Amino acid sequence: MSTDFRFASLQLPPSAIEIRRRIRAFMREELDAGRYDPQISSWNTWDEEFTRRAGEAGFIGMVWPKEYGGSGATDLDRFVVIEEMLAHSAPCFAHWVADRQTGPQILRFGSERIKRTYLPAIAAGRCYAAIGMSEPNSGSDLASVQTRATRCSGGWRINGTKIWTSSAHRAHVMIALVRTAPANGGRHDGLTQLVIDTSVPGITCRPIYNLCGHHDFNEVHFQDYFVPDDAVLGEVGQGWKLVNHELSFERSGPDRYMSDFRLILDMVDRIGNRPDALQSVEVGRLFAHLSALRRMSAGVAGLLAQGQDPYLEAAIVKDLGTSFEQSVPEIARRLIETQPSSEDDDAYGRCYTETRLFAPGYTIRGGTREIMRGVIARGLGVR
Amino acid sequence: MPVQHDIAEDASAERDEIVAVMIDQVGRLLASEVSVERLTAMERGDAVPELWDKFAELELPLAMVPENAGGIGLDIAQGMRLIRLCGYHAAPAPLVETMLSLHLWTRAGGEPISGPMTFASPRAGRLQVESLGSRLRVYGKLRRVPWSNDGHLLAAGEGREGRAIILLPASAFEKVSRRSIANESRADVTVDLALDEPAKGVVLPIDAQAMEDVLQLGALMRAQQMVGAMQRVLDISIGYSQERAQFGRQISKFQAVQHMLASCATEYAAASAAAEQAGELWGRAGQELAVAVAKARCGEAAGHVAATAHQIHGAIAFTKEYMLHHFTRRLWSWRDEFGNETFWQSRLGHLVCTKGGAALWPLLLGEIAI
Repeated sequence: MSTDFRFASLQLPPSAIEIRRRIRAFMREELDAGRYDPQISSWNTWDEEFTRRAGEAGFIGMVWPKEYGGSGATDLDRFVVIEEMLAHSAPCFAHWVADRQTGPQILRFGSERIKRTYLPAIAAGRCYAAIGMSEPNSGSDLASVQTRATRCSGGWRINGTKIWTSSAHRAHVMIALVRTAPANGGRHDGLTQLVIDTSVPGITCRPIYNLCGHHDFNEVHFQDYFVPDDAVLGEVGQGWKLVNHELSFERSGPDRYMSDFRLILDMVDRIGNRPDALQSVEVGRLFAHLSALRRMSAGVAGLLAQGQDPYLEAAIVKDLGTSFEQSVPEIARRLIETQPSSEDDDAYGRCYTETRLFAPGYTIRGGTREIMRGVIARGLGVR
Repeated sequence: MPVQHDIAEDASAERDEIVAVMIDQVGRLLASEVSVERLTAMERGDAVPELWDKFAELELPLAMVPENAGGIGLDIAQGMRLIRLCGYHAAPAPLVETMLSLHLWTRAGGEPISGPMTFASPRAGRLQVESLGSRLRVYGKLRRVPWSNDGHLLAAGEGREGRAIILLPASAFEKVSRRSIANESRADVTVDLALDEPAKGVVLPIDAQAMEDVLQLGALMRAQQMVGAMQRVLDISIGYSQERAQFGRQISKFQAVQHMLASCATEYAAASAAAEQAGELWGRAGQELAVAVAKARCGEAAGHVAATAHQIHGAIAFTKEYMLHHFTRRLWSWRDEFGNETFWQSRLGHLVCTKGGAALWPLLLGEIAI
């Protein structure tokens, strides 16, 4: 097993350099017109109007073919767009999941009807998605899902419960991992991914408020919910392979180290141009970490663009990136004295408070740190 | 113009092929020549002379000397790949220092010289250069000069006439023998020389950037050596965890041990990315930031990787007879040379805070130069 990891420098093609100019002009216009406040937790802030404008400007689903609402842009073009949205603390949540994983998964594995139903709407910034993976008794151990789909005329009937389903109450579509056959051969067999239309009866959402006080999470119940055959992704029984494919989109992006970007920028501005000894050392350390992470994140994007499967490198970036972003509020509080309150008159104080509350989730969502370390250990050949 | 461009690209591709061949050659040489016995022997004496002879046979000291000065002409990024390899094997001879000293010396206009060579960190002292009529006095103290027992020493100097780089044969300075925590030679050097003017071939004028490059190249050298040594420590730890059995199974099967290995791998990966980036940006606008990032990130990773690898091994690696300490002690030594993490972080932090939050992202992308 080789420990020569592949984090080569990324040479962006001219199209991506042009896209960077375009997305920056878009963000600049948005900011100048006061159309959005730079948000504390960019990709966890829901703003349907921002998403609609981003869609109209062609920044959502851009890598998909024209017939499905995209512009045939490259993966590296998209990489640049999401980097810039995060760097500008744009409120991206309403399209984040759909653009990052649900859309690409549908494009690759969906039927023609499903592709035509959802992709153009997502690309237009008018269709939002949720992730139907975890269940009350299946968190890290995803293969143990118990939501069941039973065969019926023309499709499947679903019964069961999904949990931690962010935005399910606002989403139009969800990809659910369900059991379509008993796990006789192995626990990874008999699983299937289905596309759920949330407007169809048989699905109910119970809100779960997170510790920040926001309603993102839901518990989602399916009762005799009908899914037609053409809403199956890939083949029946191939769900495990598909869900891992979907997770690879979820785990490899710059959203895994840039969640706190707003706090870092505000902290640097608050410190000002005469940092004390501790401030300069700690800001320097943060910059060194960011610089290495940006290089690694771009390296993974480059490998993905070449059609490779850098699962080990992606797991390394997620583990390192999420641990880094989780450490940021802990550093910030030592550099700028703050008594955290969401009602602080001071914008920096509110930014710190919000980030402090959000940070425990970073190393849990999208696969816990411990799961990532297991993936890395497997890549090192010891598991 | 397009024609020139093609020529430059051909030359670069050709050199990449040369580097690949050299990496392969040097990798095999080091794997066969640098045994634990040799590393242990070095701890009792100085560099291993037989190994030096093998390096010289392959003309490795000239690797980073420009072709028009008689060298192989590798650029910094290419040379750093060899340096990383030397770190992986803990090469017990001053090849790395020699390659870079010759690079610095020939870049300043000096003629290549043969034999081992080293250079002092400008943070470990600068020599004073004073004009005394027709003579030039060069004096000062340099602390912990790497491998100064073995050949020529290159030191930064300054005086009323400006900055200079000074080449000193071993006979031209006094030294008090000292060793690093890894038992590599690091003598304290005292210089007091009177030279006839013009001291051509001994004292060469350099500008402020070239002076700064001595420090930055040293920092990048140690960063890349650390990356190599971290990879070795990781490889040794993976191997040991698969051999050692406790409670009836390989310790690599315990999740606690797997997670320790994974955290070593991630830190080493980040260090490697940071060091590679600095090599590629050498000579460009982003050089200073990238070098500071590399030395700070590698130094931080080195501490974590060394501590965790010892924990994985238990008592065995706390002994002289097991090989791990040859690498972990080098990590503890190299991270403190040519500026430790605090030094480089502080520099970075000042630069970042001076530019303000709005500049942070463009700085990360290398769009703004410092």
